[in-house]
Amino acid sequence: MKTTARLSFLAAAMVTLVAAMPAAHADGDHRARAIATMKQDFVTKGQATADRISEDGLQAICNRTGNKPPETIAKQLETDQMAGVKYPTDGKLMGDWKSGEKIAQSGRGFTWSDEPGLPVGGNCYNCHQIAPKETSFGTVGPTLFHFGKLRGNTVDIQKYVYSKIYNAKSYNLCSEMPRFGHIGALKEHQIKDLVALLLDPESPVNK
Amino acid sequence: MKYRIAFVAMLALVMQPASAQNKPATAKKGAKPPAAAPAEQKDAATLEFEKFRTQMEQEGNPAELFEVKGEEFWKTKRGPKNVSLAESCDLGLGIGVVKGAYVQMPRYFADAGKVMDAERRIVWCMVEKQGFKFDDLAKKPFASGEYTPEQTSLVTYVAGQSKDMKIAIPLKDPHVKDVYEIGKEIVAYRAGPYDFSCNTCHGADGKRIRMQNLPNITTAKGSLTAVLGWPGYRMTGGVMLTPQWRMGDCFRQQRFPQPKYASDTITALLTYMTANANGQMYKGLGIKR
Ligand code: HEC
Ligand code: HEC
Repeated sequence: MKTTARLSFLAAAMVTLVAAMPAAHADGDHRARAIATMKQDFVTKGQATADRISEDGLQAICNRTGNKPPETIAKQLETDQMAGVKYPTDGKLMGDWKSGEKIAQSGRGFTWSDEPGLPVGGNCYNCHQIAPKETSFGTVGPTLFHFGKLRGNTVDIQKYVYSKIYNAKSYNLCSEMPRFGHIGALKEHQIKDLVALLLDPESPVNK
Repeated sequence: MKYRIAFVAMLALVMQPASAQNKPATAKKGAKPPAAAPAEQKDAATLEFEKFRTQMEQEGNPAELFEVKGEEFWKTKRGPKNVSLAESCDLGLGIGVVKGAYVQMPRYFADAGKVMDAERRIVWCMVEKQGFKFDDLAKKPFASGEYTPEQTSLVTYVAGQSKDMKIAIPLKDPHVKDVYEIGKEIVAYRAGPYDFSCNTCHGADGKRIRMQNLPNITTAKGSLTAVLGWPGYRMTGGVMLTPQWRMGDCFRQQRFPQPKYASDTITALLTYMTANANGQMYKGLGIKR
């Protein structure tokens, strides 16, 4: 879908939402005042600039619907997110699982206390169980232990994992998982290494 | 102090998980792959910490040192106007009354025309009654290794005076209810590079970031966990920290910009969480790892 078409769909979706479900989540007045309050109360610190308080289109739809947008809108917007996924030009989707493990471990990036310019981590262990050796893992997301063993590592699965990491919202519009490729947090080769961590038969994840 | 030595030993254990986002705890070698991910799973450092906390609570919580300092600040004539807070500051129950005030804040203060949490109210009194400058207080608002702001000690003292009392945020007051509803919206508001809201991490039961349990602040039980133990003495770094600090550090992890000190946003969050814990017992100053 062309960008203009996508934008106008988004606009249309917003209008529909505002009209059709005014009180879906909570009192609209309180929402507006909450946003105004935050706009006035936040200041730039380090790389965390004050404009981060503004919602983008997807965030606005999730916020307005309590993370449960109507099915048709969700499907359309997921397709839009998917259209932005850039696959590797060399056609290879799997890199080096050892380097993937390091990326998965690192929680660096985007906070006001992180030095800008340094490579960003994946934060994966913050939310997921992955390789068995790491017992300090979070549970915001599902376990990914034995991921490749259970799902296989066909090209389709590789594509799924690559695109899920690139933009988790292309499968689940209001997923709690960040859009690592979409926002430019993780580079192509880093995502490939993470795909390998989850799918390579040699990776400890699949032992 | 008896706990000094044990304390230093403990630091080694607790240092790592303190900021899970940046410094992941190291894996234990040779551990069996955990089959599932039990919600309340505790690692060795957590268990050690809990043992140590119990011991400290029995022998004397280091937060009490700040309580003593805070009491002195409360009662002494200070500031450009040379008045004491005890003779000028109303925390909601009358001038100078501290007993039970903490568990009834945030509340609406007509003289300020605002709903305020404890720290914000104390700062307001320091500015309006004692003549301190807000900008000076806001410049270094939280404790570091070398420095504990006066308002931190004051909050600690005031909070200690509500130990074992029931949380009773006056939600019937329409001003308070209004701020509560704004807080509820802020807690659900997703934005920033990672699309995070408070609820991403604190919106469901039994979630963890790394090994740190995340209270579900949308429930009464989880909100109690969020309120209990604050203000708290944090073993990592050996500093006394207030709920204001906690909110700021979570916004950091949320990849949001920085909230201004003593702002409406923070009051709204504290109103939401504290009122969700209404009717439950506040157990006093905490020890955090
Ligand atoms: C803030 C939490 C969070 C972070 C950080 C996170 N995820 Fe997720 N992830 C989730 C959640 C929640 C789900 C399940 C919901 C969904 O599919 O959107 C998920 C789902 C997934 C899935 C799909 C699982 C399946 O069964 O199909 C994969 C693969 C995945 N994550 C990989 C990763 C990788 C790799 C990273 C690090 C680069 C990562 N995640 C970082 C929260 C997170
Ligand atoms: C990216 C994850 C993340 C986000 C987003 C987040 N927090 Fe937290 N929160 C944490 C972690 C990790 C802790 C530390 C838990 C510990 O020390 O055991 C924590 C601790 C807390 C605590 C103290 C809990 C206790 O047991 O003492 C409160 C209260 C809290 N958060 C509220 C909030 C609020 C309100 C927001 C939104 C402004 C928020 N958090 C956003 C991860 C997060």
